[in-house]
Amino acid sequence: MSDDSDEIILSELDDDELVGQMYDDLYDGLKEEIEEAVNILLARGWTPYDILTKALVGGMTIVGNDFRDGILFVPEVLMAANAMKGGMAILKPLLVETGAPRIGKMVIGTVKGDIHDIGKNLVAMMMEGAGFEVVDLGINNAVESYLGALESEQPDILGMSALLTTTMPYMKVVIDTLKEKGIRDDYIVLVGGAPLNEEFGRAIGADAYCRDAAVAVETAKEFVLRKHNQMAARA
Amino acid sequence: MTSPLARLLETRDWLLADGATGTTLFNMGLQSGDAPELWNEEHPDRIRALYQGAVDAGSDIFLTNSFGGTRSRLKLHNAEDRCYDLNKRAAELGREVADKAGRPVIVAGSMGPTGEIMAPMGPLTHARAVEMFHEQAEGLRDGGADVLWVETISAPEEYAAAAEACKLAGMDWCGTMSFDTAGRTMMGLTSAGMAELVEKLPHAPLAYGANCGVGSSDLLRTVLGFRAAGSERPVIAKGNAGIPKYHEGHIHYDGTPELMARYAVMARDAGATIIGGCCGTTPDHLRAMRRALEETPRGAAPTLDQITAELGGFSSGSDGTDDNGPAARERSGRRRSRG
Repeated sequence: MSDDSDEIILSELDDDELVGQMYDDLYDGLKEEIEEAVNILLARGWTPYDILTKALVGGMTIVGNDFRDGILFVPEVLMAANAMKGGMAILKPLLVETGAPRIGKMVIGTVKGDIHDIGKNLVAMMMEGAGFEVVDLGINNAVESYLGALESEQPDILGMSALLTTTMPYMKVVIDTLKEKGIRDDYIVLVGGAPLNEEFGRAIGADAYCRDAAVAVETAKEFVLRKHNQMAARA
Repeated sequence: MTSPLARLLETRDWLLADGATGTTLFNMGLQSGDAPELWNEEHPDRIRALYQGAVDAGSDIFLTNSFGGTRSRLKLHNAEDRCYDLNKRAAELGREVADKAGRPVIVAGSMGPTGEIMAPMGPLTHARAVEMFHEQAEGLRDGGADVLWVETISAPEEYAAAAEACKLAGMDWCGTMSFDTAGRTMMGLTSAGMAELVEKLPHAPLAYGANCGVGSSDLLRTVLGFRAAGSERPVIAKGNAGIPKYHEGHIHYDGTPELMARYAVMARDAGATIIGGCCGTTPDHLRAMRRALEETPRGAAPTLDQITAELGGFSSGSDGTDDNGPAARERSGRRRSRG
């Protein structure tokens, strides 16, 4: 496609050019190049947190936007997420070591009776791509499974997915149980997965209904920020 | 050699397929968490009633209750070892109902997606996908299905794997994909892309098309896309009865029988031969569709504007078959090719 296709030597790019190149390489799902670039930035003294937020999350935001806008589709997003994962594998232990601030944590799972998990997996990958820590409960989760994970993981966000119209009402069962236990407001509850709409999200008492994985990430960021602001205001 | 559906396609210029399976069973008491396929053994009376509903409403074709009948889907209910039996039973019940109909009614053995992502993006290999579809196909065949019916597929690779499995089972097949993401399948395939894919398959389907997806308008745009791609192969249109709405703990589809009747006539005029519904489509909808197809003379293919005027707007501005889609990202110009 381009004449100078093999000419780029990542280590010869300055920081701005390299980050720009990482955006392109994430977009193209080039895992090895992303790993190499992460190591170059580390060697140049970048903090793991800056690499995560400025290079990787920045690049994945573009992928997310183009997915939302119908320019990229699932295969490209999976490739990008895979490249991102390569970079994250290097950064994860370093982020812990350096005590970097946590962007947020999400517990996610497909509700009881629903075995469709492609959408949920995409959300989990895109959330990780945005720097969130994700605990994936898999498919077919009963209310007890969600409650157990909320208690042990203490996430900011509970994400529930259902593809079938037959399983969506179960989301309300989970939310109602949270209400009964008086812990509903401890979590941001995001739902998604079916061809429904915001009206459905409101009707069952979720904080938001997310149309797709890209919207889920944007919504999660917004709510976590709001939550932090509220906590700061209270303190 | 000629299968019953191939014969029917030769003598009729449109055929009415059936409506919803999942949402109909839910209304019969299927609970969240139950696999519909288990009802083939536990509640055969209800599955017969499901099929009978379509036949009595005038369907020429109905799909068996085996959508989630591949080993990978049944595994989620610890029923993977019953794959062959559950599929066979789904078709046997269909055979009973169809043979009593007093007119030719086709039992189509439904085969839904495996739910796994295919290699290289995901873990499912082509060989494994073929094996799973083949196991299901044998059950459906041995239960007496007239034809296999692959539906709601997103990935071209999975469609091709299903085609190969149908060949291994020695069966004619039909196959539809779900165009639910900006006019394309979740994996980004356009209507034109599917039309091209179908013609390249060594064991091509008797008919191909679209099911489920977003709304009836989008589905008709997809049908026009198939036709514009130039294929002469019969096209299937199985759209949802409107959009799902949540109401007092239940999900209702907002498409009326009148809307589905208009959709059916427009689908035929757009070039579809096999017309039916998907989620939310009840026997009442099917009756209205049948009547409209019988009473309305064939007309010219609708334009996109006529579709939106009659049935409502599209979910996206473009379906990827024109040059009006969203523009790809500006690149630095140093992009390297993948791989």
